[in-house]
Amino acid sequence: MTALPETTEMVDPVPGADAPHLPQRSQLVQLLTPEGERVEHPDYALEISDEELRDLYRDLVLVRRWDVEATALQRQGELGIWASLLGQEAAQVGAGRAMAASDMAFPTYREHGVAWTRGVDPLHVISLFRGVDNGGWDPVATGFNLYTVVIGAQTLHATGYAMGLQRDGAENATLAFLGDGATSQGEVNEAMIWAASFSAPVVFFCQNNQYAISVPLERQSRVPLYQRAAGFGFPGVRVDGNDVLAVLAVTRQALQAAREGQGPTFIEAFTYRMGAHTTSDDPTRYRLASELEEWKLRDPIARLKAHLSRQDKADAAFFDAVEREADELAERIRSGTVDMPDPDPASMFDTVYAEQTPWLAAQRDEFVAYRASFEEAGE
Amino acid sequence: MTQRQFKLPDVGEGLTEGEILQWMVAVGDTVTVNQPLCEVETAKAAVELPSPWAGTVVELLHEAGTMVDVGAPIITIDTGGAGGGGTGGAAPAAEPVDEGAAAGEEPAAGLIGGAAPGGRTAVLVGYGPRTTEARRRPRRSGAAAAARATALPGADYGSGGTDRPSLPSDDGPPLLATAPDMRSKPVRHGGLEVGRQAEAAARREDAAPGRGSAPGRRGPRPLAKPPVRKYAKDLGVDLTTVSGTGTDGCITRADVDAAVAARSDGSAAAQAPVAATAGEQRIPVKGVRKATAAAMVASAFTAPHVTEFLAVDVTRMMKLRTRLAARPELAGVKVSPLLFVAKAVLLAARRHPVVNSSWDEAAQEIVVHGQVNLGIAAATPRGLIVPNIKDAGRLTLAELAGALAELTETSRAGRTAPEDMAGGTLTITNVGVFGVDTGTPILNPGESAILAFGAVREMPWVHKGTVRPRQVTQLALSFDHRIVDGELGSRFLADVGAMLHDPGAALAF
Repeated sequence: MTALPETTEMVDPVPGADAPHLPQRSQLVQLLTPEGERVEHPDYALEISDEELRDLYRDLVLVRRWDVEATALQRQGELGIWASLLGQEAAQVGAGRAMAASDMAFPTYREHGVAWTRGVDPLHVISLFRGVDNGGWDPVATGFNLYTVVIGAQTLHATGYAMGLQRDGAENATLAFLGDGATSQGEVNEAMIWAASFSAPVVFFCQNNQYAISVPLERQSRVPLYQRAAGFGFPGVRVDGNDVLAVLAVTRQALQAAREGQGPTFIEAFTYRMGAHTTSDDPTRYRLASELEEWKLRDPIARLKAHLSRQDKADAAFFDAVEREADELAERIRSGTVDMPDPDPASMFDTVYAEQTPWLAAQRDEFVAYRASFEEAGE
Repeated sequence: MTQRQFKLPDVGEGLTEGEILQWMVAVGDTVTVNQPLCEVETAKAAVELPSPWAGTVVELLHEAGTMVDVGAPIITIDTGGAGGGGTGGAAPAAEPVDEGAAAGEEPAAGLIGGAAPGGRTAVLVGYGPRTTEARRRPRRSGAAAAARATALPGADYGSGGTDRPSLPSDDGPPLLATAPDMRSKPVRHGGLEVGRQAEAAARREDAAPGRGSAPGRRGPRPLAKPPVRKYAKDLGVDLTTVSGTGTDGCITRADVDAAVAARSDGSAAAQAPVAATAGEQRIPVKGVRKATAAAMVASAFTAPHVTEFLAVDVTRMMKLRTRLAARPELAGVKVSPLLFVAKAVLLAARRHPVVNSSWDEAAQEIVVHGQVNLGIAAATPRGLIVPNIKDAGRLTLAELAGALAELTETSRAGRTAPEDMAGGTLTITNVGVFGVDTGTPILNPGESAILAFGAVREMPWVHKGTVRPRQVTQLALSFDHRIVDGELGSRFLADVGAMLHDPGAALAF
């Protein structure tokens, strides 16, 4: 097991203080080292076929390509904003692939990789960021809730949903996604208290990408995040978030425990946001290039590729095919985005509630009449 | 040959301009999709702009170091023949970017991956403010305006903005802010604690059936969505009496309408004489009215009421009132006849403490209270409420006067807090202010006595053997005969009367 270098370990939660009473080194679950070496962990055995490994690699590459293309589209004026997942692919793909089809995910606005694993069309996610709808996918059919932009609110939704599952007697679990910054939110703490009190079948999957926009984690927490779970009364695990295998194994086990009625688990996927918080952000203003370079060495895709090729589990033809598929996906995303029609303005009234209310219907009618009152009526 | 112009997008959120820091391509260069063209610095960040198309650079429209408005073209790229670009063959970007193309298309059709709409390169986002001139589109006359007017009667979003559309078919009562239903849902002042008290009170009521309970609050809360709850409340429909037909037995708007219809039918049949008057008005029983009704019914049919009357010559009291009002201790407070009555009641209750007590049905005990929380029945715009002065017996005359004034003012303003209305032990109702002589007051639930104070009138009265004009008032005391016998009630009333007749008698108490 290769520990992360001291420089990025959170060993000095109080700036300038030694904090000797706190753990100096966390227990990081890792199954694939940054060099691509497969290691075993006593608590998290993972049986995985070569084909599954290749599928995971394909997921990682395609998700990254989607993300890169979307970032470019924003820079070209085609998207209002984009929240890049660059560097967090393994955390998301690993978590997403750990879910059963009948499980339910409650994402933030950055879980494009999870969306991919749930079969959500990238263009349905893109349309949200283009501003033509509020997310085009069916949360029930995909088991992937709509994106939640309010920081941390989805943890309450996930907990409530999990408690509903409990009352239905369903043997499913929910996976609540959150970031390190969200752990400072009241909702997240409330959600964890409720989840613990009711042993709700929910797993809190925290991608600690080290920054709450520009605020580094050590400004927000005196302890490593996974240790907070103990205070709520359920297990907390820190996993190498750039190791898709470790994330898969840890999340799978946590979800299984939830389904079996053992209550929630908090997973801290220790990772790094390689890009900006969103396209409106400039990370060079608050972090050092050396830090970025350090994390590049732990790239989630490079280590799996190294493992596959060194162990002869994939050949050049496979990698070329994945690249071609990525190019095709990028082109599909690009053309699909620029060709997206503008929505009917009146449609904004249609999905506010599941059932239309008299007030909203009246407002819609008035709005339609107002638009029709112009000589060059649009629609 | 197709030449396209790339316009400076809003790379942040709400940016209006950016400075081109450097060009990374030159005229004549071949570029690919997403190849960086230039670096732009905005108020938020310095970013590279990738090329949206593959092709050849024809012209750089701004030099490095120039500040460019968002939406202005910055580079011209020759994307070659048809289909040479990477963007799926959209039309030139220099074309105006709005107005009416894609007419008649349903938004869902071809939302993704469909054919490029002809002649349309509009993007919904990213180019910030439009560079075309903003001009008012001409409005249709006559018919359209009428159409708009009929679309939403009573609503005018153009002015004010606080107007809300009234329900098209709602010819019921206007949407008024309703007073909190004190018995079931204390909503202000005290939050959870008040809620707990209410729950505890409800439990006590359950334990003592028939005593002060609000009807219809048994069993689980009925399922209904908030707008339906409000709708039902506005129409005065008690949701516990409605059976839901929605999902999981949820009560729908239609169910409420049905309940209203059934109620109308039922009341028409049961109370035919009432239903047929011309110009009748139906006032939903809710809020304070509902609480009052429930409390009065509960009280009248639980505690056996006895009422006694006493006429008192209060001429001396009225004279004393003038003298007291001039005293510095009472400067700034209103020395009203009610103040004397309150003081007399408090003194008499000290002598006869059992008058200040409650009947505990569950425990089969009479609870004699250690302090007098003196209730004053108040007529407010929302109806009758009975706020009380906590431990009024310890107050000086000036403090009592101040408390009375504050209580009156608060209740008139409708700001009486739930806790001010809870826990009363003995009540005065000042019916005299309405110019009437007396009445038979109904006990405030849970209390044993209530005193009605009538109007003070100049009347012929036998005084020192001769008939003189004297100031006379009527007192009426109702008491719970389970607790207070005729003798005790009579003594209490006589003591109050004695003090009002001769305030000096108070010295003996």
